[in-house]
Formats: sequence, structure tokens, C-alpha cells
Amino acid sequence: MKGQVERWPAVEARGISKAFGRYRVLRGVDLRIQPGEFVALLGPNGAGKTTFLRILATLSRPSEGRAWINGQPLDGDTRRVRQQIGLVSHQTFLYGDLTAEENLRFYGRLYRVPALEERIAELLQRVGLYERRHDPVRTFSRGMQQRLSIARAVLHDPPVLLLDEPDTGLDQQAARMLRELLSLMGAEQRTILMTTHQLERAREMSTRVAILAGGQIRWDSPTAHLSTAELAEAYMELVERRPANALPGASA
Amino acid sequence: MSSAWQAVWAVVKKDILAELRTKETLSMMLIFVLLAVFIFNFAFDLRVENVREVAPGVMWVAFVFAGVLGLNRSFIQEADKGCLDGLLMTPVDRSLIYLGKMLGNLIFMLAVDAIALPVFSVLLNLALVRWDIALIVVLGTLGFAGVGTLFSAMTANTRAREVMLPLLLFPVALPLVLAAVKATAGVLDGASLGEVANWLNLLIGYDVVFLTISYLTFDYVVES
Repeated sequence: MKGQVERWPAVEARGISKAFGRYRVLRGVDLRIQPGEFVALLGPNGAGKTTFLRILATLSRPSEGRAWINGQPLDGDTRRVRQQIGLVSHQTFLYGDLTAEENLRFYGRLYRVPALEERIAELLQRVGLYERRHDPVRTFSRGMQQRLSIARAVLHDPPVLLLDEPDTGLDQQAARMLRELLSLMGAEQRTILMTTHQLERAREMSTRVAILAGGQIRWDSPTAHLSTAELAEAYMELVERRPANALPGASA
Repeated sequence: MSSAWQAVWAVVKKDILAELRTKETLSMMLIFVLLAVFIFNFAFDLRVENVREVAPGVMWVAFVFAGVLGLNRSFIQEADKGCLDGLLMTPVDRSLIYLGKMLGNLIFMLAVDAIALPVFSVLLNLALVRWDIALIVVLGTLGFAGVGTLFSAMTANTRAREVMLPLLLFPVALPLVLAAVKATAGVLDGASLGEVANWLNLLIGYDVVFLTISYLTFDYVVES
């Protein structure tokens, strides 16, 4: 199970709030994800999905509340937490002037990945970029860059993978390849938390769906017996039928 | 090599590799520094009788402005495609990332200084390629790269970042530039390093204080 301690949830957030000046984006988010779960986090633009993921990724501090990754608190020494998470965002975190191989080698050294060259070759083959390993990343299409970004995120074999709308800007074919790759990652018993706008995709890929609206988790359900129609209805009820300023958690 | 130095070296190596691929930063800094000295040469009509007084100021103004060009690019490159977030997510002490970026900037600035000094020497007809001047240049550049790297990280995600960096950096770097100009002028006037020790001590003190502050505060600067 990728080195996870069984007694801890893979991800746990308690009362996470975040304010930017007077604007409160998150208003007490509570979420508990067990090891091996694939949770899709849905919500409209501005709901705070990215902010929440950035907090879990140790890139931002919450204004209130606490969070843990595999039992490690995010308000302590975050280096041990960072070793356990990988983040795929719509930003690739890749250096355009370096080749695919050089990018992975650079990150691999910082993560102190053992047998780095073998790991790089293995991952480049898995994401279908081995033949292009000596090409600068700026010559890659958006889809290729995003596949390489996934390789970067799992380079150190993290037990928790955070995905922030990873298919933004991809065409149908590239998005399908990405989904297949992500399903493969999920099948490896990795814990995945993915934000997305796509209801159908969220239901298909994940084992659980949560809806973030008004700065809080308003709906949370396993996908095993959930139809897309039921999910759409819940989403409409929480997000689309109520004006944003009518939601209890919405900012004034 | 300890794991800390491996991380620092990885960042330095990455910056050098990217620069060798594009040669954008170094060529830009070098062109700027040479243009500046040409322009000053004509603007001040640098003759034998006044060149010694003006040269240290000309030299350091050129170095400092060229340095700002390099510093500006240093973190803009990281902000592009969210690479800074990628770096900050690695399980490395963030102060080591600062150290790596600072050393990369220092290497680029010293490379430009090393090429520019002999050119200045010829154009200004002054003996600038000497170990005492080299020592002052290294100390001045070290402090400027140290504090400049921190401000470059601070301004990388701001609007009008190209303007913000010099606006914030120059007032803080003023004592450093002043000490560097005075020490250079003293040495060019025939003084020994011992005779300009007060300015050298100011340079060393500035380097120690600001490198330490920058190293310790980098984590807070880059966190949102």
C-alpha cells in the first residue's frame, strides 16, 4: 500500500478555512479520505477547489483548521508530507528548455529517488514519451506535457496524488489518454483526490464524489451505485439552482 | 556530498543547463554591461584626468543594472508553468532552494563581470584586472546576488515585476553599492586593501547579514 500507515486516513482535513483579505474562499472544509480511495471533488469556478488542493500540497497555509497526510500534520515540518504527495495541475511544473529526461532527473534528485535513471526510463515508457526523451519540453504538445507532468508527479512513488483539473486544455484524444493513465495510477492503490468540472468523468473515474460549494463540502457520496443523473441533480441543487450569494457559506 | 548540497547543486546545475541551452540571460546581461560602458564613455567624455574618479561609479552602475536583468529572469523562469510550485513541493528545505538559485545568479553575474572587466580596462585605459579589484567585485556581487535573489522571488508573481524588482532592491542595496564604489575608487587611487578596510568590512558585513536574513526568510517569502 505504498508505505501508508493503515491506522491513519490518507488525507484528513478538519475545519479548513482560507481567506484572501476579506474574501473567504473556504469556510471550514472537512474531508477524510481512506487509503486507496479515488475522490473527485466537484464545484463551480471560484468554489475553492484549487485553494484546498494547494493547502494539502503545502503550497498555501490555511487561515484556520488543520490537515494531515497519512497522519503527518501540515502545520509541522512539511518535508515529510511533501515526500508523500504528488501534484498534477493544469500547470505542468516543467522547464521548457530542458528535455523530458532532464526535467525528471532534476526533480528526481530533489526527491532523492533511488535508481533514478531506471525509474526515469520506466516512467517515460509508461507515459509514451521514451522516444522523445531527448527533446526539449517546449516542443511537446499540451497533451504530451501533461503526460510528462504525471510522470513527474509519481516519480518518487507518492502514496497520495492530488490532481487539479488535469485535463484542462486537452483535446478529446489527449484527455482520454490522460484518463487511462490516471486510472492506471488509481489501480496501483494510490490515494487520489481530483478536482474537476466534469460530472460524468468524475463518476466514471472515482470511487467517491464530493461537492464543494459555498466554501464547504456540501455533498459526499460513493459512486458505486450513483448514476450520472443523480449526481447532476445533486450538483444542480447545490450549485446551479441557487445563486452563489444565496449559499450559506458564500461571501457577502 | 551531503543531501543538502546535492539539492543545492541540482538547482544550480538546472539553471546553468537551461542557460547554456538558451544563452538568453548571459547574452542580455553582457550586451547591457558593454553598452552601458560605451554610453558612459561618450557621455562623460572620460579623459585621463577624470577617468579615475568616474570609472568606479560607471563600472558598478553597469554591473548592478546588468545584475537586475539577470535577477528578473531568474524567478520569472520559475514562475512560468508553475515551476516554482513544483520546486516548493519537493521535500527539500526551502532555504536550500534559495541557496541554489542565489549561487546560480552569482555564477552568471560573476561570469559577466569577468568578461566585462578586461573590456572596461581597455576602454577606460585603467588597470582593472587585478586581484584586489577582483576581491571587491566578488564581495559586491555576492551581496547583490544574495539580496537580489530574495527580492526576485518576492516580485516574481507581482504585476509589473520588471519594475518592482529594482524599486525594492536598489534602496536595500545602496550601502553595498556605495561600499563597492568607494573601495574600488580607493584601490584605483593607489590605496592598499588595508587602507580601504572600512569599506571592505562594510561589504563583508553586508554580505553576512543579508545572506543570513535571506536564507532564513526565503520560506516565508515564497509561501502564500
